[in-house]
Amino acid sequence: MKLLKYLLPILLVATIISCTKDDDDVFLPVNEVEDLTLIQEISNDTHTVEMYSISGNLSQGYNDITIRLKDKTTGDFVEDATFMWNPMMHMTQMMHSCPKSDLVKVSGMETIYNGYIVFQMAENADEGWDLTFDYTIDGEDFTAVGDISVPATDRKVVSVFMGTDDVRYIITYVEPQSPEVMVNDVTFGLYKMENMMSFPVVEDFKIMLDPRMPSMGNHTSPNNEDLVYNAASNMYDGKLSLTMTGYWKLNLMLENQDGEILKGEEVTEDNESSSLYLEIEF
Amino acid sequence: MYVMKNIIVFTILGFIFSSNLFSQSIAQDSTSIIGLSEVIVISKSNLKNQKQVKPLSSIDEYLEKSNNVTMIKRGNYAWEASINNMLSERLSITIDGMQIFGACTDKMDPTTSYVDVSNLSEVAITSGQQGAENGSTIGGGIDMKLQKSGFDKETFIVGVDLGYETNSNLRVASSEINFSNSKIFTNVDGIYRKSDNYFAGGDEEVLYSQFEKYNLSGVVGVKTGKNGALIGTVIYDKATNVGYPALPMDVSLAEALIASVNYVQDSISKTIQKWDTKLYYNTITHIMDDTKRPDVPIHMDMPGWSDTYGFYSKMYAQKTKHSLLFNLNGYYNRSLAEMTMYPNDPNENSMFMLTWPDVRTLYTGIYGEDRFSIGSNKELKFTARFGVQNATIGDEFGLNSLRIFYPDLEESKTRFTYNLASQYDMSIKNTKLLFSLGYGERAPSVSEGYGFFLYNSFDNYDYIGNPYLKNEKALEFNTTINQSFNKFKVGAEASYFYISDYIIGITDPDLDQMTIGADGVRVYSALDHANILNTSINASYKPFTSWTLTGMLSYNIGKDNKGNNLPLLSPFSYRAALYFKKNLFDAEVNLNGASKQINFSSYYGENETEAYAIVNLNASYKFYFGNQNLYLKAGIENVFDTYYSTYSDWNNIPRMGCNFFVNISSKIK
Repeated sequence: MKLLKYLLPILLVATIISCTKDDDDVFLPVNEVEDLTLIQEISNDTHTVEMYSISGNLSQGYNDITIRLKDKTTGDFVEDATFMWNPMMHMTQMMHSCPKSDLVKVSGMETIYNGYIVFQMAENADEGWDLTFDYTIDGEDFTAVGDISVPATDRKVVSVFMGTDDVRYIITYVEPQSPEVMVNDVTFGLYKMENMMSFPVVEDFKIMLDPRMPSMGNHTSPNNEDLVYNAASNMYDGKLSLTMTGYWKLNLMLENQDGEILKGEEVTEDNESSSLYLEIEF
Repeated sequence: MYVMKNIIVFTILGFIFSSNLFSQSIAQDSTSIIGLSEVIVISKSNLKNQKQVKPLSSIDEYLEKSNNVTMIKRGNYAWEASINNMLSERLSITIDGMQIFGACTDKMDPTTSYVDVSNLSEVAITSGQQGAENGSTIGGGIDMKLQKSGFDKETFIVGVDLGYETNSNLRVASSEINFSNSKIFTNVDGIYRKSDNYFAGGDEEVLYSQFEKYNLSGVVGVKTGKNGALIGTVIYDKATNVGYPALPMDVSLAEALIASVNYVQDSISKTIQKWDTKLYYNTITHIMDDTKRPDVPIHMDMPGWSDTYGFYSKMYAQKTKHSLLFNLNGYYNRSLAEMTMYPNDPNENSMFMLTWPDVRTLYTGIYGEDRFSIGSNKELKFTARFGVQNATIGDEFGLNSLRIFYPDLEESKTRFTYNLASQYDMSIKNTKLLFSLGYGERAPSVSEGYGFFLYNSFDNYDYIGNPYLKNEKALEFNTTINQSFNKFKVGAEASYFYISDYIIGITDPDLDQMTIGADGVRVYSALDHANILNTSINASYKPFTSWTLTGMLSYNIGKDNKGNNLPLLSPFSYRAALYFKKNLFDAEVNLNGASKQINFSSYYGENETEAYAIVNLNASYKFYFGNQNLYLKAGIENVFDTYYSTYSDWNNIPRMGCNFFVNISSKIK
């Protein structure tokens, strides 16, 4: 009991001190990009746009991008900006954009905004991408532009093709970013090229999936499910069974609402690959 | 040196001597059959019991001599035993009551491959439910008993055995040192075998049939009191560079460490005669290797591991007319196997899968046996085993892999198994009759339950395990009759198995094979039922004291519920032997053969196997020199160099052609 008599005040004091400290913490900036890696910063005179992703790099295909906008004078992060963004490919003969989502504030977060861009082609020595951010803070408009680096991927993760309906489509691999030996939930994005600057989501098509291992007799796996449109995410979801690690070729066929195959062929003994495919390796 | 000199001299002498006598040689059955059990004596320590056909035979060759066992051959090493035309999944195969599970997904390492004749005193083979003493079974049991000297008057024996066989250039050397007195005994032995490729009849070399192995073992027994003893055993077995001509891959390493400690107490009370408790552990590493094959579509590594921890406690009791045996046993096994394939494009990632997903099997069971006499020369025996078996998938990668096929698969499953049998035997004058009735169950094996793309080169299909399989159940009926006349004995045996939920692979046309060149995928499934009938008759005739003539005919048939043949069922087969023994000399000539295999299973990759008949000869002589004795045995197998293969040869690989062998055993007391 004696011990308690001494201990109790000490404990009380300790609790008060630690509580006070906690209160102070609230005013410190919360690091909402802790799990992400900085890709690069794009600045203008007033602000810096910090671009983050899990890998810290951009690459050909689907890129999930988180940004944070920093006020150059105060050092604070802007919490109430409205964003537009526009990636642009500067080719030797022309310019074009690519499919992308809106860039919106992440719900429940203070400082970060998120969206995705699908780079359907990689940069090369003469041609490259830049990214423009047009944003509004309290009715005032700003613009920040910077060159970005979009190297090619080893495996084909995005495909641009002309359907039998004479429409140019872009299909991209989205998830899983870390495939495993299991039945994976698989997500693709499907867009059509209306013109050089507009790539709207294609809705209610079906993407038929046949994963194969060309290095191992081109065998497939069981219990895959074709990808169907998910109106909530504006993407296509299905199931991808991977029976072993390694290189898998995801043979695809694109079917429109009328059940017509717009691109791709069935894999058979004589036809080892569809003309429409994506690739993964893990 | 003196010993060595003698050995060399007698080797040469032996060749001349024995080859001169082949024309008069003869035979005797090397096994004793009591009811549904058979005991093969292996121990070389008992040289009076000169029943071995070839003392340095592999354990596989010994088993093959048994009337009840046939060996499935994938090469010249590590054959798989079959009893009542049922293979290892349906059998209980133990080493001195210890459970050991091979670590190879392709059954390249049956339990029997991890011991050698140098370790064993005898092998007990039991048919059907009579084999349930050490574990649940359908087809029967094989228990390989380790050699232990026992506490005796002070003795010190050094033995050396040497063997050579011409066909495969097989070299065998074995040595043992046995010491015993009334308080302690030790047995230490080692054996080494090395074989090149063998040649089938007509001098056709069977490529990739080489092997090399050695086996070391040590046993120590210490008396702990008047009737108690503590016995420890360790066996280390290592085979390297083992070729499997019938398979697309070889084995670079098959290694086992088998250890046990047991405590035996005799004469505990008037009722309890013996109580034997053992703790054991074994670990197996098995590494397949295809780097020596010139044309593989893709290189792959396929290592496997199997670790088992177990115990048993057996009590032998006698109460009035009842002889009782109780065996409480349990084991915990971990089986893990993986496969890594290396694409021809070196820039591509390797392809990895778990073929056995770290399956942890925990089994606990109890066995009881009661044998009692009901009047003169009539005996009844009841046996029962009850077991609880839990299998848990320990590896998440493996669990996810199997969930590709079985989305709702739980990682753990518990089963109960029941085995029951009764046996009645009677003898009236010179007639012995035996009837038995049994019911048995078994849980699916690791491959049957959890295998993931296991390629079977026999039917050329990839196999997928099925965790939802029911226990396989068998109802069996056996009868034997033996009649002896003055110099003539005749016996007949029949056993019938009605197996329900018979586990076998069935093609799933919706699944795509993984293995390059395979025909498809089979999923382990349960047939409603299958029937197996095994029949045999045997006779022996002893016209003169030194001469014995024996013969045996057997016929087996197995059908599934649709009337299709089951795979790996022996056709009509026969054996005959003439045996001569006089003083220290004995000789044998025997004939083995089978009819054309008509009832083959093309669905499971079998085709018609031609009839064959082969002749073997051997002779032996024992020499005594004071404290030493020297036993010399030589013979010719497949005398006429017949090119043949049997129903039990995987993918019809031909068997060995003409082979001369010589074995020399020397003992110094």
